[in-house]
Amino acid sequence: MKPQSHAFKSESAKALEDPALQHALSQIQGLLVNGRRAAVDALPEFQALREAGRAIKDHTLDHLDLYLEHFASQVEARGGQVHFAATAEEACAAVLAICRDAGAERVIKSKSMVTEEIGLNAALEAASIRPVETDLGEYIIQLRDEPPSHIIAPAVHLGRRQVEEAFRANHTSLPVSRKIDEPAELLAEARHVLRSQFVSADVGITGANFLVAETGSAVVVTNEGNADLTMTLPRVHIVLTGIEKVVPTLEDALVLLRLLVRSATGQSATGYTTIASGKREARDLDGPDAFHVVLVDNGRSKLLGSRNREMLRCIRCGACMNHCPVYGAVGGHAYGWVYPGPMGAVLTPNFVGLHEAKDLPNASTFCGRCESVCPVMIPLPKLMRNLREEQFDARDVARSQRWALGLWATVAAHPTLYRFASRLGARVLARLGGRRGKLARLPLARGWTGHRDLPAPTGSTFTDLWKGGAR
Amino acid sequence: MTGEVPLRVGLFPTCLVDLFRPVVGFAAAQLLTRAGCEVSLPEGLTCCGQPSYNSGDRRSAQRLARQVISACEGFDYIVIPSGSCGGMLRHHYPELLADDALWAPRARQLAERSYELLSFLVDVLKLEGVDTAFPGTATYHDSCSGLRELGVKTQPRKLLASVEGLALTEMPGAETCCGFGGTFCVKYPAISNRMVSDKCTEAQATGAKLLLAGDLGCLMNIAGKLSRLGSPIEVRHVAEVLAGRLEVPALCGRADP
Repeated sequence: MKPQSHAFKSESAKALEDPALQHALSQIQGLLVNGRRAAVDALPEFQALREAGRAIKDHTLDHLDLYLEHFASQVEARGGQVHFAATAEEACAAVLAICRDAGAERVIKSKSMVTEEIGLNAALEAASIRPVETDLGEYIIQLRDEPPSHIIAPAVHLGRRQVEEAFRANHTSLPVSRKIDEPAELLAEARHVLRSQFVSADVGITGANFLVAETGSAVVVTNEGNADLTMTLPRVHIVLTGIEKVVPTLEDALVLLRLLVRSATGQSATGYTTIASGKREARDLDGPDAFHVVLVDNGRSKLLGSRNREMLRCIRCGACMNHCPVYGAVGGHAYGWVYPGPMGAVLTPNFVGLHEAKDLPNASTFCGRCESVCPVMIPLPKLMRNLREEQFDARDVARSQRWALGLWATVAAHPTLYRFASRLGARVLARLGGRRGKLARLPLARGWTGHRDLPAPTGSTFTDLWKGGAR
Repeated sequence: MTGEVPLRVGLFPTCLVDLFRPVVGFAAAQLLTRAGCEVSLPEGLTCCGQPSYNSGDRRSAQRLARQVISACEGFDYIVIPSGSCGGMLRHHYPELLADDALWAPRARQLAERSYELLSFLVDVLKLEGVDTAFPGTATYHDSCSGLRELGVKTQPRKLLASVEGLALTEMPGAETCCGFGGTFCVKYPAISNRMVSDKCTEAQATGAKLLLAGDLGCLMNIAGKLSRLGSPIEVRHVAEVLAGRLEVPALCGRADP
């Protein structure tokens, strides 16, 4: 998908004025934040688990080539095929080639943010192959032709009314008289429509939450069971995911799984946890005839070699965005690409370029809540600050801001000058504040006074008063 | 305070306190003096460099960090009435100067000796309470850096519990950012406004007549919004109440004349 991250400011302004979106966003606290809290509180070893998770990911990233090779050899040993894709285009081409070889016309998918990242649906449609999303949220946004606004709850920005509208507009067999305004009715309608898609699809594409090097398996979790149907009913199963998803052993995957599920939804386990280890074997009751894994780089190895490599620990739980006050205010679409919130503020610039996504690492107060809930302890504020430094060094910062900061830093580096300037500032602002002790308007400070008053200084600086003997 | 010789504490007032609200500095000095410290003002302090650091201007931040480090040597402790400036000295200076063979050890030494005010009073000086009174209900906003970088949470509450007549009513989202974020509030004013509006709504819902916090940046943001909303809630730095230094009118809550 074409990034729209450059429009962050205007899109976030719109989002703040969208009552339906604001209502939807207000649900996240109750659903996901409180749920995570309860799940974490119920697990005394959660902090130890986070440290273990971080260590597993760091170790794997240090030896990524080794584990990827081992993973590939294990997949091939079980009769599967591995395709390494350096770019989004190569990844789409690999999937298209598999579909072509299988003579596929219909593709079903379970939720995969990497397929969003590489624009797979558009590539399939361009080749006259119709992909159908089977995760309920992804299905809804596919009908509405819009990107996900959250990595684990792609349609979290929508209310049931909007879902009903999308179904009525697209499900031609749905009688106008049938009531579908309750969640259970909407779900039944989606199941009804998707059932036939599951049965008739030629290829099923899933993502992977983890890849296990020791067994050549893909671990996939859902709450809807749609990934299981996606990988077992069609003739061909394609796992498409990023190269950073590999971990050494099944045991490692289980450590991360415990972290992932609690951090994402507050569950101790998702409804479905599936370990897919290749195509159907003689003794299996069901399963695909062919098993492919498309491993996507698309900028990940560049990230691995950068000072933001810690971002590759990310296990895509979404806790950072659920806890982010900025995401909570503007939602995911304002971020303008696949990955929103704090993780997106670091990932998106890596994938679409720092200039296109220049607002993203800046639109954070560095409140640190994201880092405090991250299951693999990614120092997200630090990584965002690294990107700000890159922007500053590349002079990709508004001239007025650069000038003001430079002036301020120069004055602050000269204590005598600084004391003179602050003495003057304290006096002038105190006088402007008058008896009310506040300023409702101040030239060059509209960003502040547009929404709030500026409490005025009391008149003299602390330094002057202290030196004058005041205590 | 066990030894005969009082601890020599350098008070880093922070640039915001220096310019906007000196009484916070005096309140901090008073709390420290009463707890037995010998307080002085290091020469040559301006700002900790946080605006540069968080705006990507690493070189200016390093320059200011060196200036602060030089100014703050020779004290047993450096105490700061701010969580974010405290976090800067304790956590970010060592990182900023990690590659500088000359300054890295000095940065680490300063980091070990630097404390946010409330954390210093309770965790280092083991202060159990203060001898002051404030009649009424207050609510406490946990500023982000103090809370998450320095673990300041129970310390202010412990001391506030000893203030005679003061009752604390908590906001459910006391730990949620107020939307200040340094330059964030002027770069993304609409988002910041939403965040501070939510904070004000919560503060008003507590029924408290006073909102306290340990960081002047957050306090000015919240006070400025409450003032714009015409709210009667008063806003003060927690040190003002703990030291009983209420001679300066609150940051807002003053009726329009």
